[in-house]
Amino acid sequence: MATPAVHTADHGHADHDHKPSFFVRWLFSTNHKDIGTLYILFAIMAGLVGGILSGLIRWELAEPGIQVFRQGSLMAQFLGWAIEPSKHGYYVVMTAHGLIMIFFMVMPAMIGGFGNWFVPIMIGAPDMAFPRMNNISFWLLVASFALLVTSMFVDGGPGRGFGGGWTAYAPLSTTGHTGPAMDFAIFSLHLAGASSILGAINFITTIFNMRAPGMTLHRMPLFAWSVLITAFLLLLSLPVLAGAITMLLTDRNFGTSFFNPNGGGDPMMYQHLFWFFGHPEVYILILPGFGIISHVVSTFSKKPVFGYLAMAYAMVAIGFIGFVVWAHHMFTVGMNVNLQAYFVAATMVIAVPTGVKIFSWIATMWGGSIDFKAPMLFAIGFIFLFTVGGVTGVVLANAGMDYSIHATYYVVAHFHYVLSLGAVFAIFAGFYYWFEKMWGVKYNEALAVVHFWLMFVGVNIVFFPQHFLGLQGMSRRIIDYNVAFAFWNKVSSIGYLVTAAGVVVFLVMLAEAAVRRRKAVANPWGEGATTLEWTLSSPPPHHQFNDLPVITAEEHH
Amino acid sequence: MAIRRFRAQDRAQHRASILGAWISAVSVAAMTAAPALAETLGQPTDKAIGLQPSGDDLRDTAAFFHNVILFPVITVISLFVLVLLAIVVVRFNKKSNPVAARFSHNTPLEIVWTVVPVLILTVIAAFSFPLLYKYHDEPKPDLTVKATGNQWFWSYEYPDQKVAEYTSNILPEAKAGSLYKLATTAPLVVPVGKVTKVLVTGADVLHAFFIPAFGVQVTAIPGKVNSVWFKPRTVGTYYGTCNELCGVDHAFMPIEVKVVSQADFDSWIAAHATKPAAVAAPAAPSAAPPPAAATTAAPATPTATPASTTGPAAPPAAPAKA
Repeated sequence: MATPAVHTADHGHADHDHKPSFFVRWLFSTNHKDIGTLYILFAIMAGLVGGILSGLIRWELAEPGIQVFRQGSLMAQFLGWAIEPSKHGYYVVMTAHGLIMIFFMVMPAMIGGFGNWFVPIMIGAPDMAFPRMNNISFWLLVASFALLVTSMFVDGGPGRGFGGGWTAYAPLSTTGHTGPAMDFAIFSLHLAGASSILGAINFITTIFNMRAPGMTLHRMPLFAWSVLITAFLLLLSLPVLAGAITMLLTDRNFGTSFFNPNGGGDPMMYQHLFWFFGHPEVYILILPGFGIISHVVSTFSKKPVFGYLAMAYAMVAIGFIGFVVWAHHMFTVGMNVNLQAYFVAATMVIAVPTGVKIFSWIATMWGGSIDFKAPMLFAIGFIFLFTVGGVTGVVLANAGMDYSIHATYYVVAHFHYVLSLGAVFAIFAGFYYWFEKMWGVKYNEALAVVHFWLMFVGVNIVFFPQHFLGLQGMSRRIIDYNVAFAFWNKVSSIGYLVTAAGVVVFLVMLAEAAVRRRKAVANPWGEGATTLEWTLSSPPPHHQFNDLPVITAEEHH
Repeated sequence: MAIRRFRAQDRAQHRASILGAWISAVSVAAMTAAPALAETLGQPTDKAIGLQPSGDDLRDTAAFFHNVILFPVITVISLFVLVLLAIVVVRFNKKSNPVAARFSHNTPLEIVWTVVPVLILTVIAAFSFPLLYKYHDEPKPDLTVKATGNQWFWSYEYPDQKVAEYTSNILPEAKAGSLYKLATTAPLVVPVGKVTKVLVTGADVLHAFFIPAFGVQVTAIPGKVNSVWFKPRTVGTYYGTCNELCGVDHAFMPIEVKVVSQADFDSWIAAHATKPAAVAAPAAPSAAPPPAAATTAAPATPTATPASTTGPAAPPAAPAKA
């Protein structure tokens, strides 16, 4: 990475580091690092909620029959106030799990959290371009989450809450759910979308205008690149979602017929609009993870990133192609065969830049002197598991094959391998990588390693058998299944317990670090850590780079 | 004839890929120490790890594509990455290799790992596109039935044979036993060895008509008629499920297809067709007819004449029943 010629931020004027009072600092925050911290705390909270919901799902699916989502069950006694103990309740939980994990866990952690914290620092900027807008982005997300939670407590039609899946396909989301729960969910997505669009504008402006002298785009760290590309995807795709769900809203409440065939509408149009957003969305979830993994792999191998430009432009390519493959989610809706053939071809093309990234990460490690600290363990776990999720994506990309496994547990396994094991592992890699930098204290390496192994083993036990279930024809989104699916479902549910144990260790790790308060150092990782954040103290001063660093060195990421 | 030509191609494919089959078999065997499972055609098997056995030739091609092409390819790629990572972990940890190299470029290598995946994808595409077009190169159907997805049951109609629309509900657990959530009160009955075309539509919300053993799946959309076709090879019962989230009882609207001999099919039709005269003579008590079908038969939808095509002018779905 470029070496800053000057970095004076640590020892500026004393009043530069003057922190506002508690309420002003955390509620009216305009500081990118404070807002990043808020996002990360929010994401941890949402991740725990989403994780508990997935526990209810696995508990229900542990055995054939309906044991959990019924009157009189243990769940009904303890959580009946929040979750309807009925079949509808299961679908509400499943829907909320998906929405929470996507919009309130992965996106806030990666873009809002790490993006806010480290993009300005990595490009040598004092803060984001629009600090007040940054504050609005965060609090809109909180309001959005409140609306989504409200949605779970109001009438949906078949029962309390909306149970039509995160995709909210019409007509199940229009005539199938007559109550206000779906309207609350729509408003929640509106606010989450507005929050993300404002955030995207902020990142694009910051990265284009506030890079330090000498920090050209082609010297910019890959995490900043990944957030830049992600911001463009957000900016281009979220308005389409907003449009689609607004049409749902008017179909539901104002008598329009966008998606209602009885009025000349077409339910398929909703799917096209949804997936025009939805497919870029899955790259929004994973691209910042690509950036994080590049830094972690390079740092702990003590080598520069292999093929920096190819890595950056592979992400550009993935982002671009991500916009022209949406209908591979819709091979079974009766599209023209030539159209399906196009989407097969376009989808398979994505495997090429993705392969470039996987092999470049391995080449970065090759010849290195690798230190297997917790972030690196998560990064290596990411590379392998993302590969597994990627190759099953190639299987699903073939429409002729998709007819046999579309919307089965094979798909569930596939997207959890790239997200639950890909994106989440990238988040943990980043969390441990920047732990000292963000919190100013050290984490306990042993606990972090135990956390990694429990998670790694656990999620594989959860999701690998789901490939088998899918190949055998088990539908996704079902509360109950034939006895012939019993064995692998049981295994999968046992895996959840192992994963949950890993999460408990993670929480213990947080508590231990908070209690012990071991003083952090500016750069715990040594020579491999070359980006600008490691030139600052841990935690960095409240305002950094009052005198801008100048990037001079030729060697860069 | 198109079908015959495809069969010949299939045979050629099969011959050409005995090696592939072996690789596939070995990798499947390596993946599990479980003993070989006795799988029943047409239904899932507990502890099984692969695709259900195929019930028709088209699905054979799809299964071949998965088991012989895709699965070995993705297994080899995953293991290749795993091996590379293992080498990295063993050789390039800080103890074995205290001083890190500084290289960050290798153009020939980068070209290789761009071009080789392209070649692999080309091979996959060479099998994928013929399969896709084969699915859509629909032969002239011997039988056309209409399947309507309702919240939460399927209903079937044989417009050409004048079998009025009847309801296929989930068979209660007491009767279905281990087939609970697959078995129905009144299956779809089709003749063996004949091309059956299923016109699929939705009455209320989206559903999906999915039979794994035939490798067919299509969304049931209100206001639109989709279609799938299959040509079952052997007599038997083939189970599927609704595969698009459709509300609280989504998991409880199974699909059951009973494949019978032509003779049994004819007598089933004779027993269930609406007679032109007022004579409602009791049906010939042949072996085939499911006992419940007669009792649950519902009057035909007055509007539907779906024997035509899947054009946009297709009538909206049958009146809601729920």
